Parts: sequence; C-alpha cells; structure tokens
Amino acid sequence: MSAVARAREWVGVSDVRLLLAVSIGLYALFTFFSVALGFDLNGTVNTLQRITFLSAVYAMLALALNLQWGYAGLFNIGVAGFMAVGIYTMGMLSASPQASPGGLGLPLPLGILGGVLAAALVGALIAIPALRLKGDYLAIVTLAFAEIIRLSFRSRAMEEFTIAGTTIGTGGADGLTLPADPIRRLFYEEPGSLVSDPSRLGLEYFAGAKMLGIEENVAQGWAYAVLLLIFVALFYWLLVRIGNSPFGRVLKAIREDETVAQALGKDVRLFKIKAFALGAGLMGLASILWFMGEGSFVIADTFEPILTFYVFVALIIGGSGSNTGSVLGGAVFASLLFEGPNFVRRIIDNTFEVGSQPDTIFAAFGSPDALLAYVFSDFNLAALRIVLLGVVLIYLIQRRPEGLLGNRKEIASTVDLSERPQEGDQ
Amino acid sequence: MTTTASATETQDETEALLQVRDLQKMFGGVVAVDGVSFDIAPGSMTGLIGPNGAGKSTTFDLITGVQKPDSGTVKFDGTDITGMRTDAIANRGLVRTFQIARELEEMTVLENVMLAPSNQQGETLWRSILPRTRRAVTEQEKQLRERAWETLEFFELDHLAEEHAGTLSGGQRKLLEMARVLMTDPDMVLLDEPLAGVNPTLEERLLDRLDELQEQGYTFLLVEHDMDVIMNNCDPIVVMHQGSKLVEGTPEVVKSDERVLEAYLGGEVDA
Repeated sequence: MSAVARAREWVGVSDVRLLLAVSIGLYALFTFFSVALGFDLNGTVNTLQRITFLSAVYAMLALALNLQWGYAGLFNIGVAGFMAVGIYTMGMLSASPQASPGGLGLPLPLGILGGVLAAALVGALIAIPALRLKGDYLAIVTLAFAEIIRLSFRSRAMEEFTIAGTTIGTGGADGLTLPADPIRRLFYEEPGSLVSDPSRLGLEYFAGAKMLGIEENVAQGWAYAVLLLIFVALFYWLLVRIGNSPFGRVLKAIREDETVAQALGKDVRLFKIKAFALGAGLMGLASILWFMGEGSFVIADTFEPILTFYVFVALIIGGSGSNTGSVLGGAVFASLLFEGPNFVRRIIDNTFEVGSQPDTIFAAFGSPDALLAYVFSDFNLAALRIVLLGVVLIYLIQRRPEGLLGNRKEIASTVDLSERPQEGDQ
Repeated sequence: MTTTASATETQDETEALLQVRDLQKMFGGVVAVDGVSFDIAPGSMTGLIGPNGAGKSTTFDLITGVQKPDSGTVKFDGTDITGMRTDAIANRGLVRTFQIARELEEMTVLENVMLAPSNQQGETLWRSILPRTRRAVTEQEKQLRERAWETLEFFELDHLAEEHAGTLSGGQRKLLEMARVLMTDPDMVLLDEPLAGVNPTLEERLLDRLDELQEQGYTFLLVEHDMDVIMNNCDPIVVMHQGSKLVEGTPEVVKSDERVLEAYLGGEVDA
C-alpha cells in the first residue's frame, strides 16, 4: 500500500481525523510561508494564530449557514445583517457608559446573550414574511434586510439616542466601541486599558509563554484562538445533534420538496422560522466572538454583502449539507483563499524583486516584469483574491459541485438506520 | 367514528368517513369544480374517474387543503376540515399521494420513510438537543426504524433502503410514495394515479398491496385512468365530467350508463 493510500485510509476513519489532518497540512503550509518570508518564531506563531482565528470564525459562520441553507434550503444572503445585529446589540448593552458612544455597561455575558437573542429574534421576524417567498425572492428580502441594518447602524439618526434617560448609540460612521474580550478580562487587571498590568493568572500565563520565547500579545492572541476553537467544537456538536435528528430530517425534507413535507403533516412554517432564528442567533454569536477578538471597536461597513458571499464560498467549498464539510470549508477558505494570496504575494515580492506598479493596464502588458508588478501590487491584491475565488468556484462547480464533503450521506436520525431489527429481538 | 349523529342527519351521512358537499372552485372565469358531492364509506376503495379536465385533481386539492374551495364543505371523520392547512388535515389521518411521484431525492429511502410518522418527539427542536429528552427521542427512533423496515419489506423496497431516493426507478418511486404515506398511519389515503408509468408486474404488486391494506381497514380514494384497474378494484365509482359529478355507483352501474360513455367519447351530455 502506498503512503498516500495509507494516509487516506487513516483519514477516512473519522471526521475528527480528517479535520486534524487538514489542520496539520494548513499549519505546515503556513509555517513554510513564514519561514520563506524570514519570520522569527513570534512571527510564525502569530501567523498560525491568525489562520486559526479566521478559520474558526468562518467555520462557525459556515455551520450556522449550513443549518439554514444546507439543511432547510433557505437561501439567506443576509448573513452579514444578522452578524451586525449580534455584535451591535452586544456592544450597546455591554460597552461602558463612559465610552463614546456610551453603552449600558451590563456584564459581558448578559451582553453576549442579548446579542444572540436579538439576532435570533430578528431572524424569526424576517422569516415570517419570507415564508411565502421561495428561493430567489427570499434571497432578495434577506439581502435588502442586511443592507438596511448596515445603513441604519451607520446613519446619523442612530449615532446616539436616549432611551429612558440613558444615552446609547451605534456610533454612526465612526463605529461602535466594544467591551474588552473575555481573554483580556482574564489576563489583565484593567482589561479596558491598553497599559494595564497583567492579572495573577495573566502573569503566570505570560511567564510560561516567555519561556517558550513567545511574546505577550502573541500568547494572548493564541489564548483567544483556543477559545474560538472551543466554540467551533460547541457549534459543531450542536449542529450535528440537530442534523441527526427528526428535526433535521424535516428540514432536509423542506429543502427537497416543501409540498411533500406538508402533505405528510409537517407544519413547514414553524420549522422554517425555527431554522431561521437559530441560524441567525448562531451567526450573531459567531460575529460577537469574531469582532470582540479583532479589536476594541467595529464599524458598520464591515458588514457589506461581500462578507455574506465569503461565508457562502466557505460552505460551498466544504459541501453544503455537511456539518464536517462546513468546518473544513471554513478552514480551507479562510487560510488558502483569504489569507493565502497575501502570503504568496509577499513571497513573490521578496524573491523576484518586483518593481513598482505600472501606471496603466496597457503598460502592464508591456513586459512580464511589469505584469507581475501590476498583479501583485498592494492595490490589486483584493482584486486578485476575488479572481482566485472565482477560479476556485468555477473549478468546483465543474468538477465537484457538491463541495469537498457534500456527497456524503449524513443520515438524519438519532440512531443508525441501517441497523435492522433482527427476528426475535425484544 | 365517535361522534354521535344529530337527529337531523341521515343514517347515510353518519356512516361516511369522508363527506364532500357541493364543492365549488373557479379559476378566473372557468368553473373547475361545480357542486360536487359524494360520501366515502370507511374501508372502501372508491374510484374517481373522468376524462381529462373533469376536475378530479382539483377535487383532490380541495379535499386535502392544497386549495381552498369557493364554497361547499368537506367533513372528515365527523369534523369539518374545509379550508384547513394540508399538514393539519394530514395529521387528522387524511393523506394524499401525488400524480407524479415526489421523492425527497437527496434523502435515502429510509429517511424518506422515517420522515412520515406524525407526532415525532424529535421534531421539537429542544427535545432533539437536550440529553434527557434526546434519549426518549432515540427510543422512539428505534421503534420507528423497526416499522420503517417492516414497511419497506412489505413493498419489497428493503434492498434499496440506504440508496438515495433519486436513484429509484419510476415504479419504485410509486412504491416508496405508498410506503411513506402508510407510515403516517392514516385512516384514509387519496391516491392520485398511483399506477401511471408503472410496469405490469409492478402494477400487479401494487394492487395486491392495496387489496391487502383495504382488508386491514384502510380507506382509499383512487384517481386512475386505467379503466380495467378501476372496474376490477373499485366499488363504488364516482364519474366526473366538466367539473360536476355525472354518475356514482357500482362498476356495473357505471359501465352500463350511457352518459359515461358519451363523456369519454366527447358527446354532448344532458344530465
């Protein structure tokens, strides 16, 4: 047996092994990238942290979308809108009243709970009028909703407002101040301040990291990344449980043929509302975890439709309908397609002495050097990323429309259905 | 049937499982169903026939709540179900199949069958998530699994149990559709052309199954174009023409009725 075949067999045994193998592969690749760029230990560890962070948030979002789109077939392209509701509600509930704009200063767990519930509630509300709409029409409604949310949050009217004597607001175009994340709260005396002394736990953790040669901020970032991975595991556990149940079975039936589900006595409307609300709540939570870990504030324009599109790409790559595929797709999308081009560009930049960017596209086609400089300039990187996404999507749709794991049968039942009752059992 | 008849109701009406009265449905200016009434006795296999455009499918839709009638009533098992939602009607024990078999293609045959039973605890979201309630769900799943395998064996589909339903042949799809409907534990099944596109061998098998089920006490209403099938298996037979009921009676009565012949041959009808 060849090594490749043996590796395949080992990976094929369980989903955990598959995810583990992919993680190791991605870590190895990005370690190589870091070394190629001449990063020191801290730089390399930081790179891996960034990959882990992004993979985790996209995995969570893809899992949430998989419930709506993969299972129930609800074409929600307003993911960014639900994310915005989640993080903004959390921010306004938990940011300190002294901040600008001020928040209510509630404890962080309450704020997070509030954000998740708000996103779920909005999801349920959107679902009600959307129930009459199928496919594309539902998509238009959700997209419009997401844009309304984004534009409202950045509008002047909501910048600051007073309810019952307390002034809170979204901060308009300046963005919303966020409360300190749970890891900072754990490791620092004054988590809100950038010059705070570490707490006792923080001191010990940072000392341990230092022995390995890792700086404080990198160590802190990794602690947050581990927290995210725990949440990915929780999301995965929850969604596998939902998928492998009679509830998940009805969702699948709705995706396949709503009329049949109805003819068999299923109240399709209720199932859709539940799937929408739960998915939206999870999107809100993923968003809270993402942007709280990203910095101390968030701006409304983060939630442009492109963000929804990225989550869809992650899910399509992994395989819509498969929970393991969602996690896999999140990791592959975030590291290879989202961060990958950046590293490739920098490596090419370093190795080939790329000159300055030509002024016109005409000049770019003048010589190979000029073309290279044009394509890999900072300015065009974002466009390059989209081009790469396009190529990958076209390839996938041609060769593997069901995604990496979409062809699998993840049977919707709490028991193994293939197990046949034997004669004389019980 | 537990409801006691009021004094004004005739004996005949109390015995009917399904009671259709003066159903009317217009599409724009066209009258699709025009004052149709009939009763279906429990345990019977009633045939509903008529030339294309007679209003059979619309009548089905009106009974099962897919469309709402403009006027008229449908009573099932003593309850007025006129205008109820399809799923509510199905949960009362009145279930239909489709003219063109509608399988849930990306789901396995077993999943298709397991979907059908009503009152599944695990269809409530939190029951499927929380550990304690999930155990109860699993217990129910095990029982349903046993019934699912039995049903698939009954229809000789057990060798396909783990295939995606989309890979089944036309005839197998019809069988699966029957299996799925039976898993809902219905009192009455409306079959919309269950034999269309089914080969003769399979047709025989399906009809045998239907006979067997009728003996077990199920009630059927059957729309079918194959006259032999209707005449040999159904009693009574309701003939529809241009949205109205033309004749109702035993196969002999229907066969010997000239109006039926005329309707099928396209002659003018004076009812």
